[in-house]
Amino acid sequence: MITVSQTLEAIQDSSAEEVVSQCIDRIEASKFNTFITVAKESVLEVAGETEGHTGPLAGVPIAIKDNISTKGIQTTCASRILGGYVPPYDAHVIERLKAAGAIIVGKLNMDEFAMGTSTETSHYGPTLNPWNTETVPGGSSGGSAATIAAGEVPLALGSDTGGSVRCPASFCGVVGLKPTYGVISRYGLISYANSLEQIGPIASNVADMTLLFNVIAGHDQRDSTSVPGEKDYTKALVDDVKGLTIGVPKEYFGDGLDQAVEKSVWDSVHRLEDLGASWQEVEMPHTKYALAAYYVIAMSEASSNLARFDGMRYGLRLEKDHDWHTTYSEIRAQGFGEEVKRRILLGTYALSAGYMDKYYLKALKVRTLIKQDFERALKSTDVLIAPTMPTPAFKLGEKISDPLTLYMADVNTVPVNLSGVPSVSLPCGFSDGLPIGLQIMGKHFDEKTIIRTAYTFEQNTNFHTKAPEVV
Amino acid sequence: MITTKDVEHIGWLARLKMEEEQLEGYADQLNSVLDYFGQLDEVDTKEVEPTYHVLEMNNVFRDDEVTDCLTQDEATGNAPRTQDGYFKAPRII
Amino acid sequence: MREESLKLRPYLDEVGVMIGLEIHVQLNKLNTKIFCGCPLDYHDDGPNTHTCPVCLGLPGSLPVINRKAVEYSIKVGLALNCSIEEHTQFYRKNYYYPDLPKGFQITQYDYPIASSGYINIEGEDGEVRIRINRAHMEEDPGRLVHEGGSIERSKYTLIDYNRSGVALLEIVTEPDIRSPKEARRFLDKLRNILGYLDVVDTTLEGSMRVDANISLSGGSRSEVKNISSHKGAERALLFEIVRQKNLLRRGGKVVQETRHFDEARGVTVSLRTKEEAHDYRYFPEADLVSLRVADWAPGIAKTLPELPDARRQRFITHYSITDDHAKSLTSEKQVADFYEQVAAEVDPKLAAVWIADVLKGELNYRDLGIDAFASASMVQLVKLLAGDKITEQSGVEVIRTILDEGGTPDEVVAAKGLLKAGSDLVTAAVEEVISENPGAVEDYQNGKQEAVNFLMGQVMKKTKGRADAKEVRKMIIQRI
Ligand SMILES: [Mg+2]
Ligand SMILES: [Zn+2]
Repeated sequence: MITVSQTLEAIQDSSAEEVVSQCIDRIEASKFNTFITVAKESVLEVAGETEGHTGPLAGVPIAIKDNISTKGIQTTCASRILGGYVPPYDAHVIERLKAAGAIIVGKLNMDEFAMGTSTETSHYGPTLNPWNTETVPGGSSGGSAATIAAGEVPLALGSDTGGSVRCPASFCGVVGLKPTYGVISRYGLISYANSLEQIGPIASNVADMTLLFNVIAGHDQRDSTSVPGEKDYTKALVDDVKGLTIGVPKEYFGDGLDQAVEKSVWDSVHRLEDLGASWQEVEMPHTKYALAAYYVIAMSEASSNLARFDGMRYGLRLEKDHDWHTTYSEIRAQGFGEEVKRRILLGTYALSAGYMDKYYLKALKVRTLIKQDFERALKSTDVLIAPTMPTPAFKLGEKISDPLTLYMADVNTVPVNLSGVPSVSLPCGFSDGLPIGLQIMGKHFDEKTIIRTAYTFEQNTNFHTKAPEVV
Repeated sequence: MITTKDVEHIGWLARLKMEEEQLEGYADQLNSVLDYFGQLDEVDTKEVEPTYHVLEMNNVFRDDEVTDCLTQDEATGNAPRTQDGYFKAPRII
Repeated sequence: MREESLKLRPYLDEVGVMIGLEIHVQLNKLNTKIFCGCPLDYHDDGPNTHTCPVCLGLPGSLPVINRKAVEYSIKVGLALNCSIEEHTQFYRKNYYYPDLPKGFQITQYDYPIASSGYINIEGEDGEVRIRINRAHMEEDPGRLVHEGGSIERSKYTLIDYNRSGVALLEIVTEPDIRSPKEARRFLDKLRNILGYLDVVDTTLEGSMRVDANISLSGGSRSEVKNISSHKGAERALLFEIVRQKNLLRRGGKVVQETRHFDEARGVTVSLRTKEEAHDYRYFPEADLVSLRVADWAPGIAKTLPELPDARRQRFITHYSITDDHAKSLTSEKQVADFYEQVAAEVDPKLAAVWIADVLKGELNYRDLGIDAFASASMVQLVKLLAGDKITEQSGVEVIRTILDEGGTPDEVVAAKGLLKAGSDLVTAAVEEVISENPGAVEDYQNGKQEAVNFLMGQVMKKTKGRADAKEVRKMIIQRI
């Protein structure tokens, strides 16, 4: 894997063009189907322009999940329906990255419209896990985590609606953050479930992840839910957890938890204890309802968010027009993949007359209870620690045929999105050569404490120094 | 229980065309997920307010100030069909 | 407490017409749209030139509320005697139509910004109160052009999103309106109030669009859409009443449906595309946060101008003018302002006659607004009339000349020599005409009354209209 400091050094030694062009070579030689679009035409010229740029990421290549709007670069959400769509505007995070001197090298593969846990639902084929190409990289930001693990780029952006940054970070052995809802502007993030999701930084280590987070976080006028966060998150990169209280929610260690995962997570808690933290068990009794509540809310919002894809202003249009409704129904039937259609149908049903209260409203009430679980658990503790995923990466094709089984994999990540708190996943062990992810969750707006905890853990362990063999 | 007729109706609401032979398969899939959602019924939420926003925010505004528009070409540049600067859509009826 | 049911009336006739209106008012005096910074001055520009990612519904774009749109909405709410709600929230209304770029409309549902108000209008049987159920904010869809003419016959549809995202206030009445004429009066009154508030330029096309619900007792309700003028509303409703009456009389049933008003043909047509269950799946728009703006209301209330009803009353008592004149003069804010400027300097009653009865008619005839005539000119004109310097006939001519060619009353009077002719001149002219037209004089003396008119015409010609017609008639009859 590549770090930002190595990249900056390489730029010093040669040039941004040289570094970016090597990066493009690696991407083009990738065996993992990490990218949907490589921004080949413009990228060298852009790199040349960063000469003398003083931004923190001057000349550093970065890859972007394909659900974030990039001016002049195709943005598809890994869907057929958005094939060929070239946005005329940049997302807020892209503006920030450009201002910091970063070079957008391309757009990353993902589950279609971010709906998935394995990056198998992409219209452009699945991304493979660089640690073992028979397994999935996780999802939905599978391309983002895999490209970091494969050492193709030093930095990537993903998005996390119900674990979509943390799950692939866990499966690919990299570091990914889901910030507090509102800390990163969603302007330009193509909505799947807009009350739940945040853009998240992904990197090979905590310091790089934090550096990237620092560049993209901050208030944006164009997102009404945007809030001003901290001025400088890199100040949290401190190797010290003395006096920190860790909560361990037992509900996150439930049925179906892989033994190796369980052991690695407990070892991590004890390692932090050795470093001066204390821990206690906490109760989060509504955790078991989180999955159902999450999927009801996410699908309901998705059914509305995806209504705009009709082939009139952008995207897929079929050869023959009929009347408006028929034309629209046919475009959508052919443009969306099966999982997307399933979620739109379920969400439409959950919002429809007669079912609204039973499903959507009920889920929002359960959401309140889950949020209260977090508030209670974090009253007596500083952070919560749990497995990111109940298992290491599963096999390609293993779960895709049964939606419900696939949804179950998100059991430990979705409560975080329901409550809006920040959470980071970082490598904490291996099982059969596959990475295991440690999830550290915190209070609203307290990214600093979870970053400090993650950084201390990383500095005192060596999981992050391991990389898959990529030949 | 969702019937094939329900599926057809939801498909119409969502503007997703379905072939006759797909309806049963969809009904099965939707029913199994909805069964799972049914577990929410176990939770007592009588005294619980719904959470629409995780952060309690009010009154976020912009000023009534003009910002740049896209040009006509930028606005219609991605459209599969246009005519004289208009987007071209099928007939309504 | 509100007295909303005080003035509810019995049905006017046996068919029991009940009409409720939904009026979409464009807050087009804002600089920008409701959720983005696109400007509203698109009326003279090409299609899709005033759009951005937000109002085009491009993937990833997000709405942010225009503060001033909220202020304007509160202003209208207060003027319609509504209460401003503590908690206001935007919802998504999910439906599909090509003019709707996101596949949903951001609107308000359970928590509108204003509710429970009323407007008093001149009803069929005296002044009546029409209750306002609510006024809620929402975004305007784009504009559709049905190529090849009507919505039923067009081969395809062209879309222009310049209008997409213009702030709308949807004003919903209770079904308190009892006739098409009342509907029109209600709309005129509403337009009048909106004009006073200076939040809508009602002269712009599409600035007030009306949907009407109408039912006769014993029948279902039909909804008529696409009414773009107040006259159109009256016609559409008349058509619907006749259509529904005929249906019921023949033993048929009025079905609940949406109908489209075809302005050109003056008919409503059913818009059944497919068996379409309305299931809008309203749910809160999570991209916008709640509004808690009720505490703005007292401050905004202080900025409210005197509204038409109050001003009319004041005109009657303060200027001692008739109710009809007061009504006419206050029906547009600009006219009322104009009147007050004139009335400050000359006889208010005479000013009322000349503005309400003469000037307004001449303006209407030419399709002009009050700004086409300077108030200083009206002051000058009324002074000329009050001083008996010109005839009433000349007064009308002065107004027409100014509107058609420009100038001031003094200039027009001088150029046209309209000052009332002195009595010597008139006497001389009468003598001349009598001696020049012995035939006509003889006719009169033989009992032919019309001969006087001929002689009068001759005198007026000689005096170029500056003589007072009544006076001339008297003089001629005395002499012959
Ligand atoms: Mg409406
Ligand atoms: Zn706009």
